[in-house]
Amino acid sequence: MTPLKLIGLALGASIALSTAAFAEDITVAVAGPMTGSESAFGRQLKNGAVQFVADANAAGGLLGKKLALFTGDDACDPKQARSIAEKIASDGIPFVAGHFCSSSSIPASEAYADGNVLQITPASTNPLFTERKLWNVLRICGRDDQQGVVAADYILKNFKGKNVAILNDKTTYGKGLADETKKALNKAGFQEKMFESYNKGDKDFNSIVSRLKRDNIDLVYVGGYHQEAGLILRQMRDQGLKTILMAGDAMNDKEFASITGPLAEGTLFTFGPDPRNKPTAKAIVEEFRKNGVDPEGYTLYTYAAMQVWTEAVKKAGTTDPQKVMQVIKAGAWDTVLGKLAFDEKGDIKAIDYVVYKWDAKGNYSELDPGKGT
Amino acid sequence: MDYFFQQLINGLVLGSIYGLIAIGYTMVYGIVGMINFAHGDIFMIGGFIALITFLVLVSIGLTFVPVILLVVLLVSMAVTALYGWTVERIAYRPLRQSFRLAPMLSAIGMSFVLSNFSQVAQGARVKPIPPVITGGYTLHESAAGFAVQLSNVQIVVVVTTVVLLAIFTWLVARTRFGRDMRACEQDQTMAALLGVDVDRTISMTFVIGAALAAVAGMMYLLYYGLVDFFMGFVAGIKAFTAAVLGGIGSLPGAMLGGLAIGLIETFWSAYCSVEYKDVAAFSILIIVLIFLPTGLLGRPEVEKV
Repeated sequence: MTPLKLIGLALGASIALSTAAFAEDITVAVAGPMTGSESAFGRQLKNGAVQFVADANAAGGLLGKKLALFTGDDACDPKQARSIAEKIASDGIPFVAGHFCSSSSIPASEAYADGNVLQITPASTNPLFTERKLWNVLRICGRDDQQGVVAADYILKNFKGKNVAILNDKTTYGKGLADETKKALNKAGFQEKMFESYNKGDKDFNSIVSRLKRDNIDLVYVGGYHQEAGLILRQMRDQGLKTILMAGDAMNDKEFASITGPLAEGTLFTFGPDPRNKPTAKAIVEEFRKNGVDPEGYTLYTYAAMQVWTEAVKKAGTTDPQKVMQVIKAGAWDTVLGKLAFDEKGDIKAIDYVVYKWDAKGNYSELDPGKGT
Repeated sequence: MDYFFQQLINGLVLGSIYGLIAIGYTMVYGIVGMINFAHGDIFMIGGFIALITFLVLVSIGLTFVPVILLVVLLVSMAVTALYGWTVERIAYRPLRQSFRLAPMLSAIGMSFVLSNFSQVAQGARVKPIPPVITGGYTLHESAAGFAVQLSNVQIVVVVTTVVLLAIFTWLVARTRFGRDMRACEQDQTMAALLGVDVDRTISMTFVIGAALAAVAGMMYLLYYGLVDFFMGFVAGIKAFTAAVLGGIGSLPGAMLGGLAIGLIETFWSAYCSVEYKDVAAFSILIIVLIFLPTGLLGRPEVEKV
């Protein structure tokens, strides 16, 4: 090979490289439990993110570039969440929508803070997530100290003088939510009859169920995820208990009904007003349905998280996480969930939880529709 | 008192499932002296095959529950037995003459292979089925309004366990195959010299163990209504503990150990705290092993000269 040809080749290669860099996509990440017992919720997050990236690219991308999506799987395991976070940070991804489990979001957020990644959680409700005053965290959903109060309100109104038991699964989310609900109940002078915990992943709850039966419990409040709650419900009905089960936002997936079947009827849970019914979400909900996805639970929250970030990036003209964060906190953002604004800690201003009820056909709906919206 | 009986029912059913799995551990240990760590995952495979068979039967329009249950039982026993046989053939038999730890390591590897295989093939999600056997009986209702409830699923689980245990005890004690098994347990070389096909006997032991694990998997699916690829691990550990507690190598011991673990867990959660039920179960295991090193029904190992 002659020297001239070599130079030509080197030039060609460098041009090819530079065009590759020029056309490089902006990668954003979504992280959550894509596998394991909480994978139903990971799927909600992923569906929201995939749809958003497709929509954003169809609308011309961001800052003249295309968006690409990286999906991280934490299996709702704190250790795995931390290592996914480190990978996202070291890949130089500026933004992550995630995680789902509070016990994953909290340790991951520290790795994101060190690695200069902006994190918006669409679903983690434990107060600690924003209470540590990290610079990089935002939360689109409500907090358990708000959710617990709404649950306690409902219990006080409808189960006054009755027997209430509170169970939790010892996770950051489950224990946190159960504690907040208990606190709100006790503050109003209501004493629960039983406060117990179980292990996440347990399958046999018959012994606890018999205890509920012995204590004539009318309502059991479960701070935990849908799989265990579903099993508790099934085993209660098997033992002939009519006790009503109430839980938090981790019940907003149809998978709960696939565990319980028609037994789900009457089960209560708290969650934000159904995002699918918001006027701002109408067009996008239809688009989801066209692709065969029901955007339930946290799907639209994830979509909204990505909307907030891209709008702020457009305004800031850069993806630099620190600058984008300042822009986000300074403004108010139009999203599928309506107009969103954040306080200094990164919590959303004005959230309201409402109580939902499952029916025998495996659907859930707001108990008192229109109240929250 | 009614409360006690309700918890007793809960504990017996849980213990039956542990016992069914424990038999597989104890049998293999009795005959080849190795702990088959893949057994918990064979149990999980059994659960999945029961689930798949169930869904297939429902989708072709079969609705008569007893027929469904019988077909599911037979298919899952047959297919899982095939898994058991294959595992023994490819992972244990070539290592039988090797050093003592080799088959055990191979078993641990097999356990990962099976659980990762079903994770990839079936997905990592939990697979639920709607309740198949519903209804039950109220045995007694106290003045305070506490009803002792026995559900039909619980009856099915316990009856199946008792029937299988009876058949199996008869098989070992009375049949020619049982005699071969006991011969291999005592001395493989001598058994071979006397015309017992050792390889075949060991293979059959794995096949039977896997078939029992399949039954346990199916009972688990019916009782709890879901399976996942990870369930073999915890259930396997509990059943292995049950086998050790009962005296590893002893069949009635495995059943007794299973019942003991189930009852301890249940009564500890019933009268003390739910949080520490596993701690309680394993503490009792340690205490039993300190005073009875061979377990409840185990025989001390006689050094062969």
